[in-house]
Amino acid sequence: MQTIQLPSYKEQSPTVADRFNRLKQRQVILEAENISKIFPTEQGDITALADISFKAYRREFLSVIGPSGCGKSTLIRILSGLESASEGQVLLDGKPVDQPGPERGMVFQGYTLFPWLTVKKNVMFGLEVAGKSQTQARAEALQWIEMVGLEEFVDHYPAQLSGGMKQRVAIARALANQPRVLLMDEPFGALDAQTRARMQSYLMQIWRNVDITIIFITHDLDEAVYLSDRVLVLNANPGTVQEMIEVPVAQPRSPKQHLNPEFLATKEHIESLIHPNRDEEDVLPIIRLTNIKDDIL
Amino acid sequence: MSWLSIQKELPARRKAALILLSFLLPLALWSTISYVPFIWHPMMEIQNAGGSLYLEQGQRVTRNVFEQENRRLMEGGEEVLTGVRANPVYLPPPHNVLTAVYTAFKTKPRRPDDPWLHESLAHSIQVVFYGFLLSSLIGVPLGILCGVFSFFSKLYEPFFEFFRYMPAPVFGALAVAVLGINDGPKVAIIFIGTFFQQVLVIANTTRQLPPSLLEAAQTLGAKGGTLLKKVVLPAIAPTVFLDMRILLGWAWTYLIVAEVVGTSTGITWFINQQAKYRIYENVYAAILMIGIIGLVTDMVLAWIGRNLFVWDGGKRSGLFLFLSELFCGPMDKTFTFTKKRALKHADYTTPEL
Repeated sequence: MQTIQLPSYKEQSPTVADRFNRLKQRQVILEAENISKIFPTEQGDITALADISFKAYRREFLSVIGPSGCGKSTLIRILSGLESASEGQVLLDGKPVDQPGPERGMVFQGYTLFPWLTVKKNVMFGLEVAGKSQTQARAEALQWIEMVGLEEFVDHYPAQLSGGMKQRVAIARALANQPRVLLMDEPFGALDAQTRARMQSYLMQIWRNVDITIIFITHDLDEAVYLSDRVLVLNANPGTVQEMIEVPVAQPRSPKQHLNPEFLATKEHIESLIHPNRDEEDVLPIIRLTNIKDDIL
Repeated sequence: MSWLSIQKELPARRKAALILLSFLLPLALWSTISYVPFIWHPMMEIQNAGGSLYLEQGQRVTRNVFEQENRRLMEGGEEVLTGVRANPVYLPPPHNVLTAVYTAFKTKPRRPDDPWLHESLAHSIQVVFYGFLLSSLIGVPLGILCGVFSFFSKLYEPFFEFFRYMPAPVFGALAVAVLGINDGPKVAIIFIGTFFQQVLVIANTTRQLPPSLLEAAQTLGAKGGTLLKKVVLPAIAPTVFLDMRILLGWAWTYLIVAEVVGTSTGITWFINQQAKYRIYENVYAAILMIGIIGLVTDMVLAWIGRNLFVWDGGKRSGLFLFLSELFCGPMDKTFTFTKKRALKHADYTTPEL
């Protein structure tokens, strides 16, 4: 059997290295400072997150990945202000934040469109709350709906849309507030593989054209590497930062890059971080129940 | 397809047939007992009193009495009684009751001051309406507050939970003492019977609101009052509407008790009066009317609910659109869930508003 020699994920081509240099000189939009989260239970305290720090730069696409139970969702809920950190703080543009607000848009895994509002009214929600006039809000909402390619569905109710469409509306709804950062909590987790691929491409296009920093939670390795500038890999129990990986694949991304050596190298490295013992097959206590001789054994 | 398959919907036609049958079966039973002379019919209706001194034509007596009297008359050599088998007067045949539904309205009250049937009915509906309205005006907002804020929930719900186990009718005497003998205590009984359940039911409905919707609204900048007005209220509206339909049914069931408190009034007074006169057709007709009013009210409310909350699986009908445009101006576009699939695939372009 042939093994393919992959380059190290740390080797960056000059263009990629240059991009990261420029990225890190940009303004820091969101900063997590020594965030810890402890859930008190009757059996004692459970530490979900311990001492997590990172920075997200302007127009960066940052993914957070880790084994299940590493507190990814807790982390993004703390960033959004829906939960408060036990220790540490979240800084947005250098100022600490501890409450949810429109400057940190959020897209959830479950469908959270308001079912009693049409697509248009859903996107108008944040604009109306911000005190814009009906006409102004409608005009802006239509623009964002057009951006996600759903202008034919403005008067549909969420129940009439497919899962992918719902998430596109949710993205438009969050972006309509023109947030500083878009927090996405496994937004494509409930979609089938093909829809998911299409949604990834939509998201890339939106990200390229809008001045937005994206923090993206996922458990899908491929998705994380494909979409992100950098990937934050977390440990489980308690959730700690394992490594911040700079993805050495050139931007703009396209589906063809899934087979690039740098892409595969990065994926393999993250895989080894998340599942260190993946090569050993777990042995199940199975009794052989067939007499047919073949070459599987 | 078999008539009995587990957890499978029957075809529309069979369903319709069964719905019809559910009404026809009791009616058939009633008709059989009424019209087939050898089934039950424990009485004899006297057609010719003969030589009897105390029986009259048209009177109903048990068969025992009838035979005894005949034996006595035969021994005395007098003319014997003749009669046909009949049911007791409290079980009139269906056709009498059906005609009574109409004629009861035309029956003049025996005393000039007494109300007609339609006046009695109107009075009953009025009592239920006021009781339910009063209860809802306080109960719905309070229920929503209890569902949203733990503060109100803990402040009110434990006591209401206790109070609702005291049956409303036991407060009858107290209500009369406090509110007099007219409509006051009746409205109060319906209020007591409805209110405590209402707060608890609405609070529970409010608590079912998915927290993710509130969280999404918060990340869009909504806070406090806005959150309540723009998320909580519209989200729970269809379920609250359904709760109100069920609660209105409960309010109706308290009506009969409420109406005998203080001076007897309304439909209950009418029923008792007709029973005293032994016009049982009218008693049945009045009972039937209570049922019909309840059912029709519920069906109308269900229809309004389906039209109001299209997003919750309802369907907007032409009549509703017509009425709403007549009174409140144009609504948003016609929306039906049956169109849903077709819309998804057809190249559908929405016309401009």
